[in-house]
Amino acid sequence: MPDALYDVIIIGGGPAGLTAAIYASREGLHTLLLEKMACGGRVALTAHIENWPGTPDGINGMDLTEKFKQQALKFGTQITEFAEVTKVEPLEKAVQITTDNGSYTGKTLIVATGSVLKKLNVPGEDKFYGKGVSYCATCDGPFYKGKDVAVIGCGDSGLQEGESLLGFAKSVTFIAYRSFMKARQSLQERVKKKPNAKFLLNYIVTSINGNKTVTSITAKERQTNEERIIDVQGVFVYIGFMANTNFLQGVVDLDPVGCIVTNDDMQTSVPGIYAAGDVRSKKIRQITNACGEGTIAALAARDYIKEL
Amino acid sequence: MEEVKPINIGDDQFETEVLKAEVPVLVDFWAPWCGPCRMAGPVLDKIAEEYEGKVKVCKVNVEDQRQVAIDNGIMSIPTLNFYKNGELVDQMTGVTPNFESDIKKKIESHLD
Repeated sequence: MPDALYDVIIIGGGPAGLTAAIYASREGLHTLLLEKMACGGRVALTAHIENWPGTPDGINGMDLTEKFKQQALKFGTQITEFAEVTKVEPLEKAVQITTDNGSYTGKTLIVATGSVLKKLNVPGEDKFYGKGVSYCATCDGPFYKGKDVAVIGCGDSGLQEGESLLGFAKSVTFIAYRSFMKARQSLQERVKKKPNAKFLLNYIVTSINGNKTVTSITAKERQTNEERIIDVQGVFVYIGFMANTNFLQGVVDLDPVGCIVTNDDMQTSVPGIYAAGDVRSKKIRQITNACGEGTIAALAARDYIKEL
Repeated sequence: MEEVKPINIGDDQFETEVLKAEVPVLVDFWAPWCGPCRMAGPVLDKIAEEYEGKVKVCKVNVEDQRQVAIDNGIMSIPTLNFYKNGELVDQMTGVTPNFESDIKKKIESHLD
């Protein structure tokens, strides 16, 4: 339906986008949400969320975002899943959005596309995806019961996911690119106490090796260049995130790492285009502030439409 | 007519339902704790309906049926295994933006 004019088009069905959808459609705005896969966002990869207020017993990530989705639908948001946006074009007082399956026009746009895990880009990574290489410890941890695995990256994500793997695996070798681990101290202390946790600091992984499945990784000490082969059957990659903004190059201002720059009202460098959640240039990336930003963006879009 | 749904199978049904099936079989290895698996679910429901009689869609919940997953080389979920005449002929891991068309392309390549 290329001719329908929406008040608000939201790209991304994670917490920020779905919250924006709840607010926008509850305000009576004609709202469309486009999601590249199925709604959930990166939260869907987390089995147990402990810091979502109102859930003292914790909640499964997919359960949480499914509720968000139901609530957005209830208020009338139209949700189209498996629709990847390839192009965004600002028009006179409107924005045109192109997907593989058609184009849509909105008076305003809220970008809530979040981020994806960075890949290592070493030989073997693609070949062994699903055969020992994984980006979701929550999903795949149980397959590594009694096996040796490596976690690449020692930030909060690496240590958190690694901590859950320690419950299944015979050993978990944490490999940090720097000479120290970036994860928060309390988490480091907890992980270091585990008898089956090992640490290799200041190493860079240069290849993932195996036949049909992973059997080892090769890592190099960054100062001495000493090479080591570590026998593992699983490799979990957590070396940081990359904002999903490829389709926005040259459309709105991005910061040097590709995140969208906004003002306090979540407005980007283009009036009528807003950003919310992990895709925004900011320091703290939590579900709670993603939802807060989705709220602000939706209400700012409402006010902007009034002035059109 | 009743809606065609993927068939949930247990360890002991794998041979009869999958390996001895008369049509190609798509087996979805999944678990309730896995978000991407749940994203894949509705797409597979659609595939089961669209390919009724031509392709059989089965689901193995690896939470209860760990052994059959391990026996079939599963190390990540969701993984879709394609079986034809009792042989594993293709495999797909993860959910992609073009998930439905990716699955269909694989299916078509294995239909006679």
